[in-house]
Amino acid sequence: MSANILIVAEHDGARLNLSTAKCVTCARALSGANISVLVCAADAGAVAAQAAQLPGVSRVITLENPANRHALAAVLAPQIVALAGPFTHLLGPSTTFGKDLMARVAGLLGAPQVSDIMAIDSATRFRRPIYAGNAILTVESSGEGKLVGTVRTASFEAAAGAGSAPIEKLSVDVPLPTHTRFVSVSAAKSERPDLQTAARVISGGRALGSAEGFKLLYSLADKLGAAVGASRAAVDAGYAPNEMQVGQTGKIIAPELYMAVGISGAIQHLTGIKDARTIVAINKDGEAPIFEVADIGLVGDLFQIIPEIERLIG
Amino acid sequence: MKRILVGIKRVVDYNVRIRVKPDGSGVITEGVKMSVNPFDEIALEEALRIKERGAAEEVIVATVGPADCQTQLRTALAMGADRALHVTADGIIEPLIAARALLKLIEREQPMLVILGKQAIDDDNGQTGQVLAALWNRPQATYASRLEISGDTARVTREVDAGLETLEVDLPAVITTDLRLNEPRYVKLPDIMKAKKKPLETLPLTSLGVEPQQQLKLVRFEPPPQRQKGIKVKDAAELVDALRKKGLL
Repeated sequence: MSANILIVAEHDGARLNLSTAKCVTCARALSGANISVLVCAADAGAVAAQAAQLPGVSRVITLENPANRHALAAVLAPQIVALAGPFTHLLGPSTTFGKDLMARVAGLLGAPQVSDIMAIDSATRFRRPIYAGNAILTVESSGEGKLVGTVRTASFEAAAGAGSAPIEKLSVDVPLPTHTRFVSVSAAKSERPDLQTAARVISGGRALGSAEGFKLLYSLADKLGAAVGASRAAVDAGYAPNEMQVGQTGKIIAPELYMAVGISGAIQHLTGIKDARTIVAINKDGEAPIFEVADIGLVGDLFQIIPEIERLIG
Repeated sequence: MKRILVGIKRVVDYNVRIRVKPDGSGVITEGVKMSVNPFDEIALEEALRIKERGAAEEVIVATVGPADCQTQLRTALAMGADRALHVTADGIIEPLIAARALLKLIEREQPMLVILGKQAIDDDNGQTGQVLAALWNRPQATYASRLEISGDTARVTREVDAGLETLEVDLPAVITTDLRLNEPRYVKLPDIMKAKKKPLETLPLTSLGVEPQQQLKLVRFEPPPQRQKGIKVKDAAELVDALRKKGLL
């Protein structure tokens, strides 16, 4: 029996998150898989149109409901379960959206979930990191019943191309809970590229010394068209907001170029950058563990080095 | 009585360097320091603070696992939990089974709040809280960095990819903790002595009517691929040159 995969799209109401395109790439690793993308929204039109262009997607399903304006797992999960019938696999991205939602779906289904899928070997065999990426585990499902999964986005390229899947508007008749209510989301507005998808990322650690110190990085990042990240230590110290945190409990990213500035390289940080193509480390302590994983290391004072790099690249 | 139930998992201590067994059957845990999962410590700390503010009367800690887990339950009692429930089971406990067991404890104890860590640092599954909330048909607020209780509702600030999201949930609810929710207290020696006298109840998993089925087979453990050793440059100019040569600037 070939796999019939439902991918739950992540979006902000207007734009499809790139994490969805990465889920599609993951699903396409199963040859012959039938791939559907589900868009739950108050008004799904724009997002569904973007999802329909993803190559390899055979159809886009929309569930429109005013209750879907904000992605509340308790509200979305019963709707997903209501149309899960024909599907063998239900996938979402391993982002805070997907991790929150898919495990609730798995709970309602009584189905097993494979978290953080980094490779699909077959319809029943998957690889995933455990112990903060210090071991890779191959797991196998029975092939009976449904399987839920979250896709480790740093392990897959975003599917791109010009698909033209049909869009099907569905509705489900399930009671939706009102016990969980969205209040607000505070996100800093930034003109810089999105940290999770940027080709270049510059991250700062506690050595930046202050929120003021991070301005050095913002300035260089703007010259390079880079996103700015931060270590847990820098976020804990209040130098940068939580959405900038890179690492096991922050964002797991895979840019072409990652520059770690004043970051010692705790294991939980390295977990978040392992898939970066090139890692540059700048740190005054030559013994810092970050140099163990860096492709290019520079020992020295970041407060001199960063402005100099900026001057050199003009 | 207003109770808070906190889930505790025994895991390899976060400072231990993880090594995969040569035969690929697991990671080496013999002779390795075991601890309370750090996110669960945060969960317990939050529960204790809520109790200390007078918004709850009793904090219960619970775990599902083999006999060894009692050490971590005693640690939790020493931190300040009032009593402990040990659901005994051997082998792999998948999130669904842990959640089914916790649901049985919920039915018995009727807590106003259940607080769990957002993930365990061994299997990194990050599922149990959400699965439990689904089985219980109650709200979930994952990745909490701030929690305020007022009457029958809780306002929870969550660390999400976009920034900070605030939800309001009706109680009872399941909360899972993120790192910045609080800093757990240290256990003091007299508290360790006192904890020995606190109640710790043992309940076999099957006595709760939960079958320990395993749905995912663990086929093989491998060490992760290593990155190749890089080069050192001496100054900013050499760094810029090296990046230009790689076509990265």
